[in-house]
Amino acid sequence: MPITVAGQPLVADLSGALHWPAATTVVFADLHFEKGSAFAERGTLLPPYDTRATIAKMAEVLARLRPDRVICLGDSFHDGEGVARMAADDRGRLSTLTAGRDWIWIAGNHDPMPPGELGGRVMAEALLDGLTFRHEPRADAAAGEVAGHLHPKATVKVRAKRITRPCFVGDGRRLLLPAFGAFTGGLDATDGAIRSLFAEGFTAHLLGDRHIHSFPSTGLAPAPLYW
Amino acid sequence: MHGVADPALPKTFRDWFAGRGWSPHAHQLAMLAATNAGAHALLIAPTGGGKTLAGFLPSLIELAEAPARTGLHTLYVSPLKALAVDIARNLEAPVAEMGLPVTCETRTGDTPQHKRVRQRRRPPDMLLTTPESLSLLLSYHDAPEMFRGLRCVVVDELHSLAPGKRGDLLALALSRIAALAPECRRMGLSATVHDERGFRRWLAPGAKSRAVRLIRGADAPDPEIRILTPAARIPWSGHMALHGLPEVYAAIRAHRTTLVFVNTRAQAELVFQELWRLNEDGLAIALHHGSLAVEQRRRVEAAMARSALRAVVCTSSLDLGIDWGDVDLVVQVGAPKGVSRLLQRIGRANHRFDEPSKAILVPANRFEFLESHAAEAAAAAHELDGDRLGPGGLDVLAQHVLGTACSGPLDADALYAQVSGAAPYADLERATFDEVVDFVATGGYALGAYERFRRLKRDENGRYRVASGRVVRQYRMNAGVIVDAPTLKVRFRNGRTLGQVEESFAMGLTPGDSFAFAGQLLQYEEMRELAIIVSRAKTAKEPKVPAYVGGRLPLSTHLADRVRAALADPAGWSQYPAEVQDWLSEQKTRSTFPGPDGLLVETFPRGDKRSRKEFLVAYCFEGRNAHQTLGMLLTRRMERAGLHPLGFVATDYVLAVWSLEPAEDMDALFDQDMLGDDLEAWMDESAMLRRSFRNVAVIAGLIERRHPGHEKTGRQVTFNSDLIYDVLRRHEPRHILLRATRADAATGLTDVRRLGEMLVRVQGKIRHVRLDRVSPLAIPVLLEIGKEAVYGSARDRLLADEMALIAEAGLGPGDG
Repeated sequence: MPITVAGQPLVADLSGALHWPAATTVVFADLHFEKGSAFAERGTLLPPYDTRATIAKMAEVLARLRPDRVICLGDSFHDGEGVARMAADDRGRLSTLTAGRDWIWIAGNHDPMPPGELGGRVMAEALLDGLTFRHEPRADAAAGEVAGHLHPKATVKVRAKRITRPCFVGDGRRLLLPAFGAFTGGLDATDGAIRSLFAEGFTAHLLGDRHIHSFPSTGLAPAPLYW
Repeated sequence: MHGVADPALPKTFRDWFAGRGWSPHAHQLAMLAATNAGAHALLIAPTGGGKTLAGFLPSLIELAEAPARTGLHTLYVSPLKALAVDIARNLEAPVAEMGLPVTCETRTGDTPQHKRVRQRRRPPDMLLTTPESLSLLLSYHDAPEMFRGLRCVVVDELHSLAPGKRGDLLALALSRIAALAPECRRMGLSATVHDERGFRRWLAPGAKSRAVRLIRGADAPDPEIRILTPAARIPWSGHMALHGLPEVYAAIRAHRTTLVFVNTRAQAELVFQELWRLNEDGLAIALHHGSLAVEQRRRVEAAMARSALRAVVCTSSLDLGIDWGDVDLVVQVGAPKGVSRLLQRIGRANHRFDEPSKAILVPANRFEFLESHAAEAAAAAHELDGDRLGPGGLDVLAQHVLGTACSGPLDADALYAQVSGAAPYADLERATFDEVVDFVATGGYALGAYERFRRLKRDENGRYRVASGRVVRQYRMNAGVIVDAPTLKVRFRNGRTLGQVEESFAMGLTPGDSFAFAGQLLQYEEMRELAIIVSRAKTAKEPKVPAYVGGRLPLSTHLADRVRAALADPAGWSQYPAEVQDWLSEQKTRSTFPGPDGLLVETFPRGDKRSRKEFLVAYCFEGRNAHQTLGMLLTRRMERAGLHPLGFVATDYVLAVWSLEPAEDMDALFDQDMLGDDLEAWMDESAMLRRSFRNVAVIAGLIERRHPGHEKTGRQVTFNSDLIYDVLRRHEPRHILLRATRADAATGLTDVRRLGEMLVRVQGKIRHVRLDRVSPLAIPVLLEIGKEAVYGSARDRLLADEMALIAEAGLGPGDG
């Protein structure tokens, strides 16, 4: 699904990644590596496979789109100790992905100091060809902001059914990416935190089973609370 | 010890009976004899036959004869808190009147904290509780102390409690009690059941049915059942039976107190509204169902107890429970779905034991007429049906393992031996048990990734101990096996709460919408935190009625067999109303009937040249859940065969599938090999498995309902179980919880077991009739089309449709 931000043609990938063909760049938001083990540490023994599931999904996207550059939009790790908890083979797999590419870890609020040791470089935000890549969207940002942090999802009422999916949210000036990590939930796109960023309304691009489906913000239903 | 060699009653008790003008029932004395012989006993007796007293009498006598005794003597377990409270109240009379030195208390989720603490330190002689509270009690370190002297456990309403996960939980608790108090006797009290041996086995320590004495109360007189033939036209489809309500209202007027049973909460609301519309005399008619606020339900129950009501419209919320002497009529609106359940409901009328109960059945549509007649015949023949007592859930076992570890160091060998003594787990393999223990300790993942986050650690003797106090707190906050669908409170602005509706219904409301709930027409105003704020609606053009997940029970196999047999026997049709007879005769002329054990499949085209579709209608009579599964599997197979299936719809009786091309080879289509790969593939993707997984994950303690310190989030489940499900099935498809999920779904929501049995039964006996148009018998199911939501894999297409429509209207999304 082609999307434009500040005049730059971008592609919303069905996986939830953002593809920028002109810059041979792929963007992932909110990977939240080691969220499972973060819960396990507190006594909730969620499956320890979220990191490898997320990495496998990234590997599939990278093999298909072959970008020269990858930008991770922050909260790549669920917390500051995530890297330490990561299994050796998962680290190995991740290092294979970062090798040979310009890999940019944007700092997030969960992981203010993402690791350089797995390859790649750490930045607070990245400016490229008129686009600004940062973790948390800023109310006063100039046109061209690409951000994560909010984990948008949206609900559409179709006949008797409500269908809720993660989504991209954009208005041509700003684009929010859905969270990419295997254990990441979402915030409803009609929530004030997202709505207030788009004074003129927005388009939500929902990740379907086979296609991306786009709806204007006025066509969305409120999301279920327990998603 | 009691020291009574003769089962005759001690003088105090004889005098008490005599003073009331009673004499003890034979089954009450038989229970006493069983106790004196040190035997376990199962008492099967109809309601109103002094069953509860029969359960308590031996204990009262023992306690009367040992006034110096201290500590817990008798434990009573009931499926309902309210029932436990009511029984405690009923016990007060004999205890006070005979001046017995007996203390009797309840312990439920409502018992105040200080009283619970005191009960553990100084237990009453008799404690009345529920399975959940009992499990919690057993998880304390002082449980061995408290239960050591226990002499008797009375399990009430065993027929309702034993099947299902609450039964598993209770069976495990009883196995633990058997280890703590080997002398403890078990007394089961039950309504008539179809599987006496199974229930005796369930009750017996070591699952040996012979260890339990079977005692029968005298049969109540057969109920008088009448099937209502309404003056109005009999509907082809639908479940609300509103057409029959004028007659129901007339019956309410002609009786003292009527219980009007319906099958779903949505039906309860509608029937209640309609009865009040007809209620010219302003009779006191109330509403009772499981989603209403507790205070509201208690008010209705109290009014019933005062004989202040003429009728209560109710769901299974009143299937069990407190006895009301004044009920002289039971009405069943909609088909009964099962004989045992119908008799249970009818038994709520007339607790004077020697008079027949009176009941009126109000079928909602033509098929329900057949079903109602089948149920009446089965009741007359004393042929019952009921839930099967299947193998116990592994999720429940996981909860029990953790609870046991919370009470003290756990020896796996000893616990395995104990657990195997509970009937649901008698066939549990050691390897599976060990996997469950490993799941509790570490999450049970192949990697052993969480060794350092263990919940159970092993001590130097190899025994398991909880790793920290936090684990214990987590267990206590999440114990129990009832996982509710997420709900929102319904309340007025002034704060008065009416009850709760399921979140999915609440989300479908837009401000200004009106809906019927708690017997009132309400207007939706706004959502605030976890409540929806409502006001009274002035007028409602089309009020919505809340829908509830899992409200409908599938038709029992037994009734299904009877309906099939009745269809195949035109001689018996004369008992049906003329409209139903005509319908069946037309079917006979234009097509044929499903035989008693074969399968009839009709195919016919519909629509003109441009919109022509091919329909396939299979008369399986296996219940809605099994038909849904069959629909999924048939459409997959038809897709592969190039028939282009477009959709299907399932009722309790029939499955209809439509496609672009006609299906011809029925033997191939219905071959039982469909239960292989297709089933696996579909099950894994199905929403039903996701829902089952959520329940399993919560019960097993993988995800928490509540986390210490975060009780106020109001969320029933703290982590999205779908995300876990997806990751787990990709990375560890053999995980113990996924196996537990599939086992659950196979007997529950997908009813694969029943479908499998049908496919075997009909092999080589499928009768395919090709017609040039829809048959009379197929009309009801075709009317259901469009009422059902489209199934899962079509979601993408729906989104695409919607998008196309928006674009067509010129409202297309701008350039993102």
